[in-house]
Amino acid sequence: MSAIHDFRTSASRNAVIRAIGAAAITSLLTGCMLFAKAPKDLDYSRTRRSEAGLYRGTIHPQGDSIPQGRLQRWTLHLETASGAPIDTASVLVDGGMPQHGHGLPTKPRVTRALGNGDHLVEGMKFNMGGWWVVKFRVNATPGSDSLVFNIKL
Amino acid sequence: MLRSISLGIVAVTVISAVAAQAGQLAGPRWSSAEREMLRSLSLATLGPMPADPSNRYADDTAAARLGHRLFFDARLSANGKVSCASCHIAERDFQDGIALAHGVGTTSRRTMPVAGTAYSPWMFWDGRADSQWAQALGPLESAVEHGGDRTQYAALIAAHYRDEYEAVFGRLPKLDGMPTHASPASDSTRAAAWRRIAASGQEDISRVYANIGKAIAAYERRIGFTPSRFDRYVAAELAGRQHSAADALSPDEEAGLRLFIGKANCTTCHNGPLFTDNHFHNTAVPPSVDVATADSGRVVGVRQAMTSEFSCTSRYSDAKPEDCEELRFAVTEGEELVRAYKTPSLRGVAARAPYMHAGQLATLTDVVAHYNRAPAAPFGHSELKPLHLSDAERRQIEAFLSALSSPLAAPAGFLASPNAASARP
Repeated sequence: MSAIHDFRTSASRNAVIRAIGAAAITSLLTGCMLFAKAPKDLDYSRTRRSEAGLYRGTIHPQGDSIPQGRLQRWTLHLETASGAPIDTASVLVDGGMPQHGHGLPTKPRVTRALGNGDHLVEGMKFNMGGWWVVKFRVNATPGSDSLVFNIKL
Repeated sequence: MLRSISLGIVAVTVISAVAAQAGQLAGPRWSSAEREMLRSLSLATLGPMPADPSNRYADDTAAARLGHRLFFDARLSANGKVSCASCHIAERDFQDGIALAHGVGTTSRRTMPVAGTAYSPWMFWDGRADSQWAQALGPLESAVEHGGDRTQYAALIAAHYRDEYEAVFGRLPKLDGMPTHASPASDSTRAAAWRRIAASGQEDISRVYANIGKAIAAYERRIGFTPSRFDRYVAAELAGRQHSAADALSPDEEAGLRLFIGKANCTTCHNGPLFTDNHFHNTAVPPSVDVATADSGRVVGVRQAMTSEFSCTSRYSDAKPEDCEELRFAVTEGEELVRAYKTPSLRGVAARAPYMHAGQLATLTDVVAHYNRAPAAPFGHSELKPLHLSDAERRQIEAFLSALSSPLAAPAGFLASPNAASARP
């Protein structure tokens, strides 16, 4: 009798403990979610291979951190998969916030080639914190391909 | 093993509960990400005013003094009764507290406040002007606001402000023989009179008109914010100081702040030290029952900004074309512009009912309830998602917003009429 009583007490206590533990973990996760909504495995590298592998691109924002709410000029360095710089290319800039379903607040453009594979990108702006995607659609001698960069503000 | 893990969780939970209790007594514990967010919202991070390359007189104090007088001068209107200050009432945060502004007629939009607009790349709810001076010129010739015209205003400058004007902008052009009332942006009678003026005369008058806007902008540019209780709270939190009465938030206000930067997603748009991203969003605001025509917001506003006679790239601008980056790289088409309106600053918001671009929502309670409910947009696509906030949480957000009020900051005398007997310092 006493053994049964002990068992019941122990079982119900374990259930309560598990419930509290689950609640604590859930609340911790929720707390984290509010400030880190982007998927965890995103690659934020500033050098990326294009989607079909035709190009390698490197973005150079001004400074180490990307400011919020201010127009910026970037440099995009563009080269072939084998590392030859590309000066002559048509590059279209696009982007947005995948989790918010909206695009960039501005319409940035590559305004001129700077030589050695560098291209000036003007009109970059990010008006809120979070995960952004910036996509460069490159059309040059090797063909059409897209460079996609993840940006975290 | 399982038992020891479970006990461990219990221990962590108990410790957390104790810590939370202590936190309630000594103020909430903000995570490093939250502290960074608080810092980003603080007035201390605002930084110096951005230059306005389109207005070379923006930082000229004599231009600002002239602008101050013009801002309060009701002779700049069709009936001699409407000044900028009629709707932008200095004692009321430079707004009028009514849904639709009244000038010589009734407009279709809510009067916007002036403070801090030097930091904004776009003016008006739909961003149809790209500078403070271009903004100032819109109402002056609007048929429902000041109702006057640029020829009338140029004559007024020549008659009453010649010395002040010439000290800043150089000699006034000769206005002899000009029609009393003429403008390319007015009714057909005044437009016909405008067409009869020689091109050089038209340009002379329009340049005086642009300079009126630049003087008013030089004045408005100097109106800013003093730190609010929220800013003092953040300063104390970041410095690890004990809060005094002057920099404390009540438990409800603190809870509201936590929701504001977290669950309620307010900082998605209301971010930075002025609580605005200076951008345009469709937030499903209902149409105004008092406005007969459909209002498409930014989709029309951006076209007007691009083609404005007084834009950053216009002949009356002092900027080099490459300086006009906001205009050059503006998004000019797309679904996102449809019925999108500018994010207003939330500084001083509690004393600024009614809300939204045509004063559609009477109280802050209505505003928070609207964002919580996230209804479908009347047209276009709403960016809102339901927030599932409790009644208590909604009240807490509203409580927090009241901590964003503070007196305005400006040079001596600028927060009252220059003609007032007791101009406030």
